[in-house]
Amino acid sequence: MAARDNHGTGAPWDDAFRVVGQPLRKVDGLAKATGQALYADDVQLPGMLHAKILRSPHAHARIVSIDASAALALPGVHAVITGADLPIRYGVIPWTPDENALAVDKVRFVGDEVAAVAAVDEDTANAALDAIEVEYEPLHAFLDPREALATPEPQIHADIRGKPVRGNVSKHVELEFGDVEAALAGADLVLEGEYSFHGSTHAPIEPHCAVAQVSADGLLTLWSSTQITHYVHRALAQVLELAPERIRVIQPCLGGAFGGKSDPFALEFCVALLAQRTGRPVKMLWTREEVFYAHRGRHPMQMQYRCGAKSNGRITGVDARILIDGGSYSSFGLVTTYYSGQLLTGPYDFPSYRFDSTRVFTNKPPCGPKRGHGSVQPRFAFEVQFDEVAERLGIDPIEIRRVNFQGDDTQTVNGQRITSNGFLRCLDLVEEASGWKQRRGQLPYGRGLGVAGSMYISGTNYPVYPNDMPQAGIQLKLDRSGVVTVFTGGNDIGQGSNTVVRSIVAEELGVAYDHVRVVAADTDLCPVDLGAYSSRITFMVGNATIDACRKLRHQIVTALAEAWEVDPRRIRLMEGRAFDVEDPDRTVPTREAFQVAEARFDTLGSTGSYNTPQLGGDYRGGTIGASPAYSFTAHVVEVDVDVETGIVRVPAAWCAHDCGRALNPTLVAGQIEGSTYMGLAEALLEEHGVNRFGLHRGPSLLDYRMPTSLDVGDIHAMIVESVDPEGPYGAKEAGEGPLHGSIPALANAIHDAIGVRLRHLPFTPGTVLRALRDQGGKGEGAAVGSTAAATSKREAR
Amino acid sequence: MSEPFELELTVNGTPRTVRVAPLRRLLDVLREDLALTGTKEGCGEGECGACSVFVDGELVNSCLVAACQVEGCDVRTVEAPDLGNVQAAFLEEGGAQCGICTPGMVLAVQAFVDEWAARGREPDDVELRAALAGNLCRCTGYEKILASARTALRRARP
Ligand code: FES
Ligand code: FES
Repeated sequence: MAARDNHGTGAPWDDAFRVVGQPLRKVDGLAKATGQALYADDVQLPGMLHAKILRSPHAHARIVSIDASAALALPGVHAVITGADLPIRYGVIPWTPDENALAVDKVRFVGDEVAAVAAVDEDTANAALDAIEVEYEPLHAFLDPREALATPEPQIHADIRGKPVRGNVSKHVELEFGDVEAALAGADLVLEGEYSFHGSTHAPIEPHCAVAQVSADGLLTLWSSTQITHYVHRALAQVLELAPERIRVIQPCLGGAFGGKSDPFALEFCVALLAQRTGRPVKMLWTREEVFYAHRGRHPMQMQYRCGAKSNGRITGVDARILIDGGSYSSFGLVTTYYSGQLLTGPYDFPSYRFDSTRVFTNKPPCGPKRGHGSVQPRFAFEVQFDEVAERLGIDPIEIRRVNFQGDDTQTVNGQRITSNGFLRCLDLVEEASGWKQRRGQLPYGRGLGVAGSMYISGTNYPVYPNDMPQAGIQLKLDRSGVVTVFTGGNDIGQGSNTVVRSIVAEELGVAYDHVRVVAADTDLCPVDLGAYSSRITFMVGNATIDACRKLRHQIVTALAEAWEVDPRRIRLMEGRAFDVEDPDRTVPTREAFQVAEARFDTLGSTGSYNTPQLGGDYRGGTIGASPAYSFTAHVVEVDVDVETGIVRVPAAWCAHDCGRALNPTLVAGQIEGSTYMGLAEALLEEHGVNRFGLHRGPSLLDYRMPTSLDVGDIHAMIVESVDPEGPYGAKEAGEGPLHGSIPALANAIHDAIGVRLRHLPFTPGTVLRALRDQGGKGEGAAVGSTAAATSKREAR
Repeated sequence: MSEPFELELTVNGTPRTVRVAPLRRLLDVLREDLALTGTKEGCGEGECGACSVFVDGELVNSCLVAACQVEGCDVRTVEAPDLGNVQAAFLEEGGAQCGICTPGMVLAVQAFVDEWAARGREPDDVELRAALAGNLCRCTGYEKILASARTALRRARP
């Protein structure tokens, strides 16, 4: 196995990059702009049936009986399935399989899946759902995680994988690095505060969709809007008890995911089984309402933080206690619980650190990984508290972040290896671009600026199921026509990973950008890749692509050197041609170079792979959150608070992100903008929650208040290139890091604007007005508050 | 449900006839009966604009339009042949990430360009944002879509 190869960070020919770093158009850009791109719901097969799912009206109930006979008798209904047909439990994390495609014995939230129907059309399927009789015996529903933690009975899950669950605790992690109590005792200032993060969801514009077809020889093909083809493949084999070689999973074009399509979902199992039962292709497209029930979004967290600092601003220790509301199933919750603590130890140096995180089950839609998985909430709490530390100590908030900078090529207190680190440059850029020095504290009452910093992983060395095989694999095929086809299991979910792969191949083999075809995310055609999560694709698939290209390049160069009778070091492959650097007149199109190589060696192809090096602290859970490289980000957010209505607007936000190297600056900027937008949206407008009956508060885009273009301000994306020693050409992640700081920077800006610290999300008009009222007398004099003393006085009231 | 009828309409310049139920959504007529899958479904309830099409020159959500309402109408979708200027702008500015909102956005930008190309002044930021406010995008934060719209407008000007 090719372990991690370090290919170097420069251009492949020790020269300027030809393709990498250019703002090239996306490989699928034209298809998307013209409507030709095919998504799961665009798959239409002859004889295809349509399926629908019956969902629980109860938050927590035992299923006494299900009678589907009337539904089955309806004309046009082809099959009905229930939990009894799919009894095997699964879960994306192999240690916590607690889900059934359709409920067995119990339902655990309003919207939990109970039965599925395949019929000639959606209307008939819906009519059949109405005809299914289910008798429930309601149980006490836990909607508050504190109650679920304090009350062991009734249990939402009695056992998982044969092991009894303790009360309603999904996962508990407690880790301490250094002596936190001593560190806090030695601090000049210790702040203690409570913070909370509400629930939010991904809401991709494409609802989940899956289509299954069973061929005459029993091969099951599933087209699904998944962001992890490989895990769906595994889960299908397990639940359907079907040999994996009889299953093919294809991810067509994907209409947004953000973590919300990482789990295997009920619809994938249901269409597969219904296709087997009926012998017809079956499609299921979820309604927008169902997407809200499927959820797997941001976990609500209640967080207590203590932070100690010296008078010069240096942190001495940080202590966190976090209660995580997991909703009704485990999903990625084991990882979430670790991430809630493990990913806070940068970009600042923590001499000591402790966290105690508990995830509990509640009878709500299951939470999971949303962009910035597990670490957005603690980042909010810490950065707001840290801002207050700066204020109390009379230090500029950007300056205190510089003072605590951990540096590059270092190790965090919890044993994570930091390679490149461009955080200081990020701070410089946002400080400069926002006019921080001239404007902060000087803006009129109601307007303000706030800052925050953050870090995130570029993939993790903890594969979801442990094994010794590569985490990313690539295959290349060269054609005599000059076309290179690259096969990757990586999932392009809109972030542009197929474009990144294409660019790397064009750069390495010197073929024209348009002569590289990318075949992706098809388990029959592509080598395994672990999929689009943890911001791993550019880093891991990128490195695997370089690996595969270098092997082929070696063959091509060797063959040409022999043919031309020159030293192979004189050969270059660039811009669609091969040539001799010492005699540039000696040149052929790459197509001919391929033919020379094919004649000399054999049919041309290669493989490449990537695996992380051994990383992480030497303790239980030490590898979770350990990444081969971390990205770093700084945000400055400007707010305009209307103190009469409590409405907060963000006219501008600046985000500088260290992505190592921008392989395509347009794509990187797009990720920075989209991340910052998403963070501000969930902080100001969006909320995913249930009412006191466990009913979703508003499962529609309108009620969820997803922002329109009018609700969003200018987002200024800035790219910092720290050139990581291990990333592909030095690249690191860009898709999730730039979300984190947007929310605390917003909170800190509100403080600058009106002098109140908001510690509980979301920042709705009501929250803002209440905070202003609690603050007491308001007015221009009291609120501008550029000195710590003035603000402390105000808050003491 | 009432009996199917012969729906006659013009789609992207071509006369079409389909036999459909009167209350069948225009979205389904396009996607399923006419195999024009460029028009997307994001919500089915008039909130996202992914299903935007022109009906007699007006931008509408096709998930909210019944087949019987478009009898004899001129419907234009993202597959229409005359959207190249706007589509090129999306391609160059990186206006599409996942692309599911893009067909609707392309048409919304086309409507914006149609409205502003002849006017004597530039739209301000709020006017531009308002023109696209009926179409949700979850990926881009709108920045590159707004840039695509500005580029398309600039090029549409004489
Ligand atoms: S699908 Fe028509 S507005 Fe969303
Ligand atoms: S590009 Fe994904 S929703 Fe707009």
